[in-house]
Amino acid sequence: MMDESNPYLPYEVEIKETWYETPGERAIKTFKVDFVDSSVWDTWSHKPGQCAMVGRLGVGESMFCISSSPTEEGYLRFSVMKMGKVTRALHQLEVGDTMTVRGPLGNWFPVNEWEGKRIVTIGGGIGQAPLRPVINYVRANRAKYEDLTVLYGSRTSADLCFQEELECLISEEETTCHLSVDVEEESWEHYVGFVPNLLMDVSPSPENAIAVTCGPPVMIKFVTQNLVKLGFEPEQIYTTLENRMKCGIGKCGRCNVGHLYVCKHGPVFSYAQIKDIPEAFA
Amino acid sequence: MADYVFQKEKIEELLGGMAKNYEVHAPLLNAGIVRFGKVEEGGPALAKLDDYSNSSVPPKELLFPQTETLFRYRLGTGGIEPKVPDAGAKVAVFGIRPCDAQAFAIVDKLFGWDYPDPYFQNRRKSTVLIGLACSSPCSTCFCTSLGGGPTNDEYLDVAMYDLGNEIYLKTVTEKGDELCKSISDLLEEASPSHLEACQNQSKEAASKIRRSIDTNGIPEKLPALYDNPFWEQFSDRCLGCGICTYLCPTCHCFDIQDEVEVFDGRRARMWDTCMFEEYTRHASGHNPRPTRKERTRNRVSHKYSYFPTNFGVIACVGCGRCIKYCPVNIDIIDILEKSIAVEVKEAG
Repeated sequence: MMDESNPYLPYEVEIKETWYETPGERAIKTFKVDFVDSSVWDTWSHKPGQCAMVGRLGVGESMFCISSSPTEEGYLRFSVMKMGKVTRALHQLEVGDTMTVRGPLGNWFPVNEWEGKRIVTIGGGIGQAPLRPVINYVRANRAKYEDLTVLYGSRTSADLCFQEELECLISEEETTCHLSVDVEEESWEHYVGFVPNLLMDVSPSPENAIAVTCGPPVMIKFVTQNLVKLGFEPEQIYTTLENRMKCGIGKCGRCNVGHLYVCKHGPVFSYAQIKDIPEAFA
Repeated sequence: MADYVFQKEKIEELLGGMAKNYEVHAPLLNAGIVRFGKVEEGGPALAKLDDYSNSSVPPKELLFPQTETLFRYRLGTGGIEPKVPDAGAKVAVFGIRPCDAQAFAIVDKLFGWDYPDPYFQNRRKSTVLIGLACSSPCSTCFCTSLGGGPTNDEYLDVAMYDLGNEIYLKTVTEKGDELCKSISDLLEEASPSHLEACQNQSKEAASKIRRSIDTNGIPEKLPALYDNPFWEQFSDRCLGCGICTYLCPTCHCFDIQDEVEVFDGRRARMWDTCMFEEYTRHASGHNPRPTRKERTRNRVSHKYSYFPTNFGVIACVGCGRCIKYCPVNIDIIDILEKSIAVEVKEAG
């Protein structure tokens, strides 16, 4: 856990492995990190969906979901899209370099309450990052859950994150995995179209199911509408919200949607919680 | 608890006595602005107690400085050196008004929830509030609408009343008692007539409050006005200067920035404001509050709806600074009154 006497102090972590998930101007780079002070592991504990402020001394920090499941031991993973000042500085780092982690912060997907249920994840682009720990948590506790269905799409096949793992998901018997790209491309064997359409094509049953969706706001909007069409109740639909953050502990003010602080009350919300808060979709 | 009096002309002597054991902050007059600061020889002059109805800048900066170092580091060597203020320091704030003291009790809730904030809380622990009851409130004051009042001593450690030639002092908490004992040689015993004079002043001061707002139902109503064009009549003339938030004793929003000189760096936090465009702008360029309409809505809704939903208390003490110092006369009471009057169309 975070230093409770001072929640602004980050831990230093060393990069053990790093690679690019996707290319381009807004490339996504994944970092596998370990605490410089290994005793942090004695008290560290995070749950699927929780976040951390990741940064560099001298530059600043930004909020990212911890994209590794707590069942993956000995490291934390973060997948960072090159976007602003902090993420550009993070992208310059290589194996052996240090960065800072402050967390875990926020709430989590209630995976314990979901035991005995069918889990459907619907991701788009970098939105797969917060879903990855859910998927891996369910896979590591396979007997406790019914079906696991993974729906994941991106603009082009090159924009799909975690590609090697997707192959695994497709080949393993206990998981159903459907992929999509927005537009037709050569040798693409999966669905072509937007993620909300992929969802309707697969049409998962709402019976005893939980749907978790993360991705661009416009995708979440249409996926949610389609889930409702398929018969999912607002209580069965979960998503994560994001906003600009500085403190990560419900004090600095800016991340609120209505009275909810995304950093403290979220990032995980059920659709039932936010459907009447229009700022959640702003 | 005890009560005392001292001669007003001996005020500097009294502050000098206090300074033997405490770091003393008091309202200082500098270039026409009254702002709390450390009383120092050669520094700005002490504002006369009957010169300021309320300080231009609220004393929130004493517990929540405009810029404050969270920790220091040296690039390349590792290691982080926290800069947490000492909770055992002794700081006295002399002449704080009841509304500004009430504001501390409001933001206490935010700095205390989940992860307590040691920077704010340590300063809070080390600070003794010696309040000064208001005898002549400003035309913009509306503290009586928000559970306060010009002579409310609920959030003070010591309450003072300006009785003309004398100042009456009443200790409210043990912290206040301890402070008064440390300067007891400079204080005289109070008499029943002093107490009577204070009671009269209380009644009179409360009757001088000219503005008010009935807050009943406002926290519930504001979220229903989210998409209402109602906000535009105020935001249209807003300049986005942020003075309403910087001078607000309950505004607590901050930014965190790193500053580096060669290898020596610090991470600091500084006041920020929801009235600025960058405040909520994502790295992608997307901004959930892109115009002054959304930002005005957030300022008012945060104080009068979101904060009470989370903490059970409105984040406003009626000090009136946002009204008094707004360059385009945006008046929060006006906004609130109109919010009550505006009709909400049922969704559907």
